[in-house]
Amino acid sequence: MDVVTSVKPLYAILISLVTVALVLARPNRPVLREIFTVVSALVTFAIVLSMLPWILQGGILKYHLITVLPGLDIALRVDALGMVFALTASFLWLVTSFYTIGYMRSHYPENYAGRSVDRFFAFFLIAMASAIGTAFAGNLFTLYIFYEILTLCTYPLVAYDKTPEALYGAQKYLVHLLGTSLLFFLPAMFLTYYYTGTLDFSTSGILAGNAPDGVLVITFILFIAGIAKAALMPFHAWLPAAMVAPTPVSALLHAVAVVKAGVFTIIRVVLFIFGVDLLKDLNLGYYLAYFAAFTIIAASLIALRQDNLKRRLAYSTISQLSYTILGVALLTSSGIIGSVLHLVIHAFGKITLFFAAGAIYVVTGKTEISQMNGIGKKMPFTMAAFTIGALSMISIPPVAGFLSKWYLTMGAVEADQLALVAVLAISSLLNAAYFLPIVYRAFLKPAVEPGEQVNIKEAPVFMVGALMITSVAVLCLFFAPSVFLDLARMIVAAM
Amino acid sequence: MTEHLPVLVIIIPLVLALIAPVAGRLNRIYSWAIALLATLFSFVGSVLLLHQVMYSGTISYWMGGWEPPWGIEYVIDYFSGFVLVIVSFLAVAVTIFARKSVADEIDEKKIPAFYGVYLLFIVGLMGMIVTGDIFNLYVFLEISSLTGYALVAMGKRRKAPLAGFRYLVIGTVGATFILLGIGYLYIATGTLNMADLGARLPGLFNSKLVITAFAFFAIGFSIKIALFPLHTWLPDAYTYAPSAVSALMASTGTKVGAYSFIRIIFTVFGVQVFLNQWVSVPYFFLIIASVAMLVGSILAIAQTNIKKMLAYSSVSQIGYIILGVALMNPIGLQGGLLHIFNHALMKCALFMSVGCIAYKTGITNIADLKGLGFKKPYSMVAFTAGALSMIGIPLTVGFVSKWYLAMGSLENGMWYLIPVIVISSVLMLVYFWRVIDNIFFKAGDAVKMPATPASMLIPTVVVAALCLVFGTLAFIPVNITGKAVLLLFG
Amino acid sequence: MMEFILAKYNYWIYVIIMMIGFYAVIAKSNLIKKIIGLSVFQTSVFLLFISIGKVDGGTVPIYQGTEAVYINPLPHVLILTAIVVGVSVTAVAFALVVNIYREYGTIEENAILEMIKHDD
Repeated sequence: MDVVTSVKPLYAILISLVTVALVLARPNRPVLREIFTVVSALVTFAIVLSMLPWILQGGILKYHLITVLPGLDIALRVDALGMVFALTASFLWLVTSFYTIGYMRSHYPENYAGRSVDRFFAFFLIAMASAIGTAFAGNLFTLYIFYEILTLCTYPLVAYDKTPEALYGAQKYLVHLLGTSLLFFLPAMFLTYYYTGTLDFSTSGILAGNAPDGVLVITFILFIAGIAKAALMPFHAWLPAAMVAPTPVSALLHAVAVVKAGVFTIIRVVLFIFGVDLLKDLNLGYYLAYFAAFTIIAASLIALRQDNLKRRLAYSTISQLSYTILGVALLTSSGIIGSVLHLVIHAFGKITLFFAAGAIYVVTGKTEISQMNGIGKKMPFTMAAFTIGALSMISIPPVAGFLSKWYLTMGAVEADQLALVAVLAISSLLNAAYFLPIVYRAFLKPAVEPGEQVNIKEAPVFMVGALMITSVAVLCLFFAPSVFLDLARMIVAAM
Repeated sequence: MTEHLPVLVIIIPLVLALIAPVAGRLNRIYSWAIALLATLFSFVGSVLLLHQVMYSGTISYWMGGWEPPWGIEYVIDYFSGFVLVIVSFLAVAVTIFARKSVADEIDEKKIPAFYGVYLLFIVGLMGMIVTGDIFNLYVFLEISSLTGYALVAMGKRRKAPLAGFRYLVIGTVGATFILLGIGYLYIATGTLNMADLGARLPGLFNSKLVITAFAFFAIGFSIKIALFPLHTWLPDAYTYAPSAVSALMASTGTKVGAYSFIRIIFTVFGVQVFLNQWVSVPYFFLIIASVAMLVGSILAIAQTNIKKMLAYSSVSQIGYIILGVALMNPIGLQGGLLHIFNHALMKCALFMSVGCIAYKTGITNIADLKGLGFKKPYSMVAFTAGALSMIGIPLTVGFVSKWYLAMGSLENGMWYLIPVIVISSVLMLVYFWRVIDNIFFKAGDAVKMPATPASMLIPTVVVAALCLVFGTLAFIPVNITGKAVLLLFG
Repeated sequence: MMEFILAKYNYWIYVIIMMIGFYAVIAKSNLIKKIIGLSVFQTSVFLLFISIGKVDGGTVPIYQGTEAVYINPLPHVLILTAIVVGVSVTAVAFALVVNIYREYGTIEENAILEMIKHDD
């Protein structure tokens, strides 16, 4: 494995931060702000893409910034796993910037040139920088810093509407995330440092042989409890609470960046801090897998009972995130591949669903599923995209969701956990049970007022365009998952 | 001249303190200017002294040329040099801040006298740091305490003189206990020089006299540093004092008290006795410190006045420092010393930003802070930086000291202290977030806030920025405290 | 037993006086009485310090040209300083009480606390 020093990962993070300064320095100029945002997203994606060839050849990029305390450095590392997350996040960020522009324009028209929207974009950019920083973190300390910055900078985004419900939901969001990371993640990180003297990631894990088994088990439990962004039950309550946010926030951050940072961190901890062999010896993989299985089923059951579309999508996300956790907990090569693929595929699928929800809200003001009869006729493109996203969640070919579920099932078989195969199957059924009725209502039920003219009135172009791109991607990923599949295979090969 | 620097750092501000009220009669601004001059001189002097210590080792200055242990000795080593730099730097920052803040809060005619007393307070603190003689310590302790009482009583609010009086009573009882401890040690050994005592005391630790002496010191200093449960003077004193005084006292007063306590424990009594004979003493202080850490934060949550909230927060932070001391191992002590540095910075930034809001408005209720985030962005961002630092987010100074305290706890095998540290951090998150929520996320009344003068904003922002700078460039304070710990452990 | 008490009479006296002073500080409600108690408290410590300086058969510590046994002058020096400190404390305390009287019209602590309850 060739390791090369490159400053590119730092640039990928800095671009967004520099754009923040630009956006805030020129207030009251919405078009300029939009241009800055789109250009910065494009440049970030380009930088990430430019590092891809080296990674595909098996190389690694590293960059060391500063040593804060002995053994605690701020350093960046680009490897296959980081590349997967960064590619997903930066591509979807590019698409979302268009969506956000469309959404903010139509939803906050009076204020659109105002400073509060400037601040919205500014915090969004910081969130992106933190997500890329999490992807490219070279050790636990750097990861933790970006993880916390992500929580702090998304708080104003969740609370953006400043209604009492928004503030309450945002408070719950912050207390859950910051509380668990301070109470559990920080001590876990500290114990890791105390017993090994370092926090760097290594493909065989750093903890093996360095601490007594009891300490290792406690550290593992603390890590899992502390990474609440992965929404493993019972640390999931922040996610439905965060649905008070404007939909672009829900879409990108809570379908893609924040939650994926959570499961990404769990993958990093499982594979690069503990290591597959150590966890097999300690039998911890099974416990984590069954916890994840519980979340998968329980969250789907709760989703069935939600009438608010975003909340249903939130619980669906909680369930789908545990697919990724389950995959990596299986500690087999197919499981890990499935886990990584699902990280990507769910991101594309979920963001499509959230985009659709936002489009519906902007055009009709409706948030409850029971109100959405006949909407398919009014907004065909939106609902077509929604259907594709739903099919991906249910994992039906030829939609990409099938691919990740296939690998996850193979992984469960490889690990001799046939009960988990059943869990995956039941979960698909449950997904169908709470998604297909929405599709049915939208297309096959008439709109509530019979005599009303049903014209096609779609959401603004930017929003619909974004929808189409992600839904097409969901289809494409089934046929051509090559980049992500190759990267996932490389992660496993390095173990 | 430079060989007299240790004493000049004290004498020049002392003389200027006496001149300031007189000069103030000509023009009120002169008294402030003299105060600034004095503190700047002290800061430059202390930096030079620390620099000298880093290159040539501990400085020992004999007052009047009299050789210790008969004469009074001033000792500048890594520990005292470090704390001296912190105190003098914060004194400069608060003096710059005080110009407009004090002019707003204190009656015009009293301002020259204020600056005289203010300078004497700083002189008292610095004297406590540099001295190597325990009776000299008592004298400077009383100088800083008395001036402290008077400074607190000069606050604008009606309760200020009473707060000052109660502080006086409790503080004098504490100082008298310290005097008793000094007396008992003198009876036992016949010397007042700290290093000499350190050499003569081993062997005497079984005598009730010495044990009682330590007990008196412990109680006296616990009162001075407001260690739970002897902290009752602190909330009222910090709340009703003028803003600049709160900022200075909160960041330096208790820290210098902690410094003196550490000196007594490690240089006079020596760490060996606590590890071998008086083993229950560190355990006792560990329990008290843990209780202080938790109770201070819990009480802070209940407060509606932001200064009182910060005061109770200080009570819990003192617990951290004493935790580091009571661990009795080098890493834990380093954590305690780092926390002296960090808490001084953080609290100064927090109190100064609160002072910026109170300027000309007198607002101190948390409920009244709604929506101030966008009217006073700089001071509120400074407040947020200080708050994040207190919670212990990495890349802030608060994280560094908590990290070392946790490592020190594990060195002793006392893993149960880590949940205490973590839980009190989460409690801090609760009460600080309440304030930040009010500041940035709630709409306030459309009240026009007066503009904050630059002389108040700049020190606030600079000190808050240093919380982040030294959190990232943490190796600087870590190096210095590491060497200080080596000296203290002998 | 009696010799034990009689030999250390200076310690007994200082402890009793200190406790009287401490009691006054805590239990009395009138602020002036508290200050008096504080002053008594401090004075007891002064008495202790000076009493320990006694050397049996010693004389006034002024060098008289010949060798002689002198009592220990150091505690006297220390206590002179401490007395000055005590005077300053008392002076500051009185100044504060005058201010308190101006604000509240009374110097009984109980009455002041009552008034404060209605304040905030």
